[in-house]
Amino acid sequence: MRHIISILIENEAGALSRVAGLFSARGYNIESLTVAPTNDPSLSRMTLVTSGTEEIVEQITKQLNKLIDVVKLQDMTEGIHIEREMMLVKVRATNPQEREEVKRFSDIFRGRIIDVSDETYTIEVTGSGSKLDAFIENLSKIQVLELVRSGIIGIARGEKVLSL
Amino acid sequence: MSKVEITGAEIFARSLADEGVDCIFGYPGGAVLHIYDALFKQDKVRHILVRHEQAATHAADGYARSTGRPGVVLVTSGPGATNAVTGIATAYLDSIPMVVFTGQVPTSLIGNDAFQEVDSVGITRPCVKHNFLVKDIRELATTIKKAFYVATTGRPGPVVVDIPKDITAERTEYFYPRKVSMRSYNPVVKGHIGQIKRAIELMTGAKRPMVYTGGGVILDNASDELTELIRMLNFPITNTLMGLGAYPATDRQFLGMLGMHGTYEANMAMHHCDVLVAIGARFDDRVTGNIEKFCPTAKIIHVDIDPASIAKNVKVDIPIVGGVMAVLQDMIKVARGSKQKPDSTELANWWEQIDEWKSKDCLKYDSGSDRIKPQMVIQKLYEITSGDAFVTSDVGQHQMWAAQYYKFDKPRRWINSGGLGTMGFGLPAAMGVQIAHPDATVACITGEGSIQMCIQELSTLKQYALPIKIITLNNGFLGMVRQWQEFFYQGRYAMSYMESLPDFVKLAESYGHVGIQIKKPGDVEGALRDAMKMKDRVVFMDFITDSEENVYPMIPAGAGLNEMILV
Repeated sequence: MRHIISILIENEAGALSRVAGLFSARGYNIESLTVAPTNDPSLSRMTLVTSGTEEIVEQITKQLNKLIDVVKLQDMTEGIHIEREMMLVKVRATNPQEREEVKRFSDIFRGRIIDVSDETYTIEVTGSGSKLDAFIENLSKIQVLELVRSGIIGIARGEKVLSL
Repeated sequence: MSKVEITGAEIFARSLADEGVDCIFGYPGGAVLHIYDALFKQDKVRHILVRHEQAATHAADGYARSTGRPGVVLVTSGPGATNAVTGIATAYLDSIPMVVFTGQVPTSLIGNDAFQEVDSVGITRPCVKHNFLVKDIRELATTIKKAFYVATTGRPGPVVVDIPKDITAERTEYFYPRKVSMRSYNPVVKGHIGQIKRAIELMTGAKRPMVYTGGGVILDNASDELTELIRMLNFPITNTLMGLGAYPATDRQFLGMLGMHGTYEANMAMHHCDVLVAIGARFDDRVTGNIEKFCPTAKIIHVDIDPASIAKNVKVDIPIVGGVMAVLQDMIKVARGSKQKPDSTELANWWEQIDEWKSKDCLKYDSGSDRIKPQMVIQKLYEITSGDAFVTSDVGQHQMWAAQYYKFDKPRRWINSGGLGTMGFGLPAAMGVQIAHPDATVACITGEGSIQMCIQELSTLKQYALPIKIITLNNGFLGMVRQWQEFFYQGRYAMSYMESLPDFVKLAESYGHVGIQIKKPGDVEGALRDAMKMKDRVVFMDFITDSEENVYPMIPAGAGLNEMILV
C-alpha cells in the first residue's frame, strides 16, 4: 500500500543523503521525495511517498526514526490528510485549435497558463497525484514537450499538526 | 579577564581527557599532524600506535567490548579513513560503542580531490550510528561530546567525527560540556510496565518456556539481573554467539549456544517451546534458520532497546522497548510480586524432555584420534585457564569451536565479530583487551587464514609488551569455506586451501616473540601450560590440526532449528 511519510529533520548538510541512503541500503522503494526548510530555519520538512506491506512500512518508519537527524515523523496515510503536487507542463500549441483546446483543458483542471510563446504554452496544475495523471491523459492529442512534477507534499486535516 | 584561546588540536586532546578517555588507538598522517603534536605534549591520553588502521578500530573495539567503555580511534584522512571502515562496520554490526576521529583535508580543499581526500562522512554513513563533519572550531568540543553521547547511549554503535586540518590549527576558547542534549535523539530506557506485566503473566503461565538472549544483555551490563530472573523462574536459557557469558555457561539451566552451530538441546528447546522470551537479541538469520519454520508453537516476548529490531524478522506477541537492565529489574519485581508462579509439574516435564535432548551429547568428537582435534585444543585451553581468560577469535570454524567448547561464566570475556564476521579481528582485538586488562590472560583463537589478515600487529604487541597467547588452529584450509564446499559443492575445494603458509614459529620469532608448533595430541596440554607460564611473552602456538574436521551440529541453509545435522 502507498504511504505518505512526513518527516521533520535537522536542516543540516547530509541529512537528505542519510534518508536516501537508508532507502537504497535496505532496498525500500521511494516514489517521490520532496524537501525544503520550514518556518523554523533549523528544520527541514521532507515528504516521502513509498509503498510496501504493512510490515515493510513499519520498518521504514522505525528505521527513519532511528536516524539521529530525524526529529519527528508522521505517516500521513494513517489519518485524513490533504496531499498536493504541482506540475509544470510545456506543450506544443501552434494553431488556434490546439491553443484553444489546451486552454480549455487547463481551465477544466483549474490550471493556469503561466508562459506563452508562438509555438508553446506552459501550464501550471496543482492537485493530488491522480488529478495530475488525469490531466496528462486528457492531453493525449497534444504534444508534450516537457513535464516536471514537484513530488507530493501533505498535511493532516483538522487540528493535528506535525511540529515540535 | 583575558580570554585563553587554544588550538583545535589542543581542544581535541583536552576533550578526550575530560571525557575520561585513557587510551586511543591510531596511526598518524598529514591531516592529523597538529593533533599528534598536541597529543605528544600531554600525558593524560595514551596513544597506541598500530600497524594498520583496520587494527586500530579492532583494538578499540576489543577495548570497548571487554570494558564497556567506548573505544577511541584516531586516523588520518583518505586511506587512513578507508582502512578503518572494516573495523567501523564490525563495531556497527555488533553495536559496540566507539568514536573514530578521522583527519580531513583543510576546509578550503574539501571537494577538490585533494591529496588523501575522501568523503569520509559519505563512505562511513551506512556503517555508523551517526557521523559528523566539524566545520567550525567553536563546535569542535561540543561535537566530540555529542559523539561520545550518541555512541554510548541507546543501542550503542560507532560514531565518526571528521575533522579538517585547518580546524585543528585555528584557535578558540575551550569549554567541554558536561552534558549535551539533542532534540532528535532521546533513547528510551524504561520499558512499558503494562507490557512487562503482560510478559510475566505469559511467562509464568508457560508450559514449555525458553529464554534466548543476545549481546544486548552484555552491552547493558545486565548479566546479574538476567541470572537472577532465570534462576528464580527455573527456565532453560540459551545465548547467541554475541551473548555468551551473559548467563554462566556452567549453570545447569544453560543449554549452550543456539543457531546454525548451536547445541541440539538449545535448538530443539527453541523449536518446541510455547513461550519464547528474547532479550537483547535480534533474530539474526544465523539464529533463526528458516524463518518460516522458526518456533512454530511459541508466543514471543521481545525485549530490545531498538524498536527497529522488534518485529523486523519475526512477529512478536509482546514487544517491550527499553534498556535490558531496566526491563529485567522491572521483570524481577513483577515476577516476585506475582501470585501466578510457573507450574512446577509442567516445568519438570519440560526439563525431562530437555535432559533427553542433552543426553545426545551433540558436542562429542573423536577424542582418541592420532591427529590434533581442534575441539580438544579449546577444551584444554578452557581447563588450563580455569575458564577465566579473555578469549578473542577470528572468523570461521575456530570461532565456532571456541564458542562451543570454552564455557564463559562471565560477560565481556568472549570477544568476537559476530555480525559482520570479520577475519583479521582477533589479534588486534586482543591487543585492545590486553591494554584494558594488563594483568589478565588474553588468548586469541584463530586460524592460519584469519591470522594472516592482520598479522602485522605482532609488531605492535612487541612495542607495547602485550603478552597475548595466540592459538592458531592450523588445518591448512579456510576451514568453514572448505566445510561448505564439502557439504554443498561436492567437495570442490575452490581456493580454500592455504598454500605457501609461512613458518609461523620463525615468523613469531622474527618479531621477538616465542613460537611453538604442536603436531601431536599428546603435546597439546603441555604446550598450552608452557605458554601460559610465559606471563610476559607473546606466544604464538601453531597447532597442526585434523584438516578435515567439521563443525557440528549444523543447520543447513533453509532448514528449521529442529533439522540439525549431527555428527
